[in-house]
Amino acid sequence: MRSPQDIGGLPEGPIDAADHALNFWEKQADGLRAAVGSKGLMSSHESRRAIESLGHDAMERLTYYERWTAALSMQMVSRGVLTQDEIDVKVAQVRQRLAETGELELRPGEQEKLP
Amino acid sequence: MSRLSPGAVVRVREDYPPGHIRTPIYLRGKQGVVERHFGAFGNPETLAYNLPGPKKDLYKVRFRAADLWPDYQGSPKDTVEADLYDHWLEASA
Amino acid sequence: MSDHHHHDHDHDHGHHHAPPQPDDKVHSYHQILSIALKELLIEKGVVTAAEVRHFIEKRDSITPANGAKVVARAWVDSAFRERLLADGNAAAAELGFPITGTKLVAVENTQDTHNVVVCTLCSCYPRDLLGLPPAWYKSRAYRARVVREPRAVLREFGTELPGDVAVRVHDSTADIRFLVVPQRPQGTQNLDEDALAALVTRDSMIGVARLEEGAH
Repeated sequence: MRSPQDIGGLPEGPIDAADHALNFWEKQADGLRAAVGSKGLMSSHESRRAIESLGHDAMERLTYYERWTAALSMQMVSRGVLTQDEIDVKVAQVRQRLAETGELELRPGEQEKLP
Repeated sequence: MSRLSPGAVVRVREDYPPGHIRTPIYLRGKQGVVERHFGAFGNPETLAYNLPGPKKDLYKVRFRAADLWPDYQGSPKDTVEADLYDHWLEASA
Repeated sequence: MSDHHHHDHDHDHGHHHAPPQPDDKVHSYHQILSIALKELLIEKGVVTAAEVRHFIEKRDSITPANGAKVVARAWVDSAFRERLLADGNAAAAELGFPITGTKLVAVENTQDTHNVVVCTLCSCYPRDLLGLPPAWYKSRAYRARVVREPRAVLREFGTELPGDVAVRVHDSTADIRFLVVPQRPQGTQNLDEDALAALVTRDSMIGVARLEEGAH
């Protein structure tokens, strides 16, 4: 069976060579993942496995650091560091706070993903 | 001492197990030549589940691009190399 | 396959058709999730805010200029070149670039061979030496195609390889990270090491570009 990320040789179109600097949140996500990794709580192997578990359409549905973030969330639950309930409660709190400070500008389709 | 030495002709196992596998599908069942032995490394197939397990010898294996892709457009000298673990390689004639 | 859906919606490149997102707005569920995870992990004492900041700063401090210094040293110092080809980690560490957790292997371009690096399984890249990979390196299109049609891919990057130069594609499938040592351009005999390092581009160390004679 083909893992969703095992794509060598598959037909694809032109490469978009445009580069872009990381957004602030992407840098934060990268730093958070590195910090968690430094504690021995997520190896690159575990991270890759979690990303593969997101399914065949993850590359289309999610950006790179969205996939990393989803992987980190699953990993923290599977290692028993956080519970899904804790995460859901915190997500709701953060969302509420961002809405109040006017920092929330959800893209179409994001609203319904929220707990 | 590693099982395979540089120059050894090998075939990649043509198996398709579920799990976290670092042997790309496009190389399964293909014949190549061991280019070098990197030493023994943790096995991603168990590390992905945070489980201990014996280290595995890791090799750089060189494949002719024309052997991988029947319609390959390029030089017959073109190659693709990948890093493959011992248990995915079978000695070949 | 006529389905080009991937390309129209390849968010891997970020939102390159739209202006850059302002940093002070939150646009997606996963962005909220990332903030929530960070706050929870700090509250529980798993990580500290200072540690997260440290890793961000560390990441920002690693740029392709580090790899360029390694390449330039290899060009001017044949003993260093030998050490680099024998043990990439040790050679990079000599120049003050520690690489931990992965093995660095330098592969050298010659008159006869051109090396190019990819990770078809994820996005393995010598981050400890070159920094974060460019968006295209992580894209489906690059990862899928370069092992099958490397010459066409190189052509898209403006690199036309002569037919008698063998292409060697390195698929980083395991614990090894590859650094391409590009060929030193002609006409650079009089340049010192720093000036040589300034010629070495990120793309040449991934292998999608060559350093042309008289460039810059």
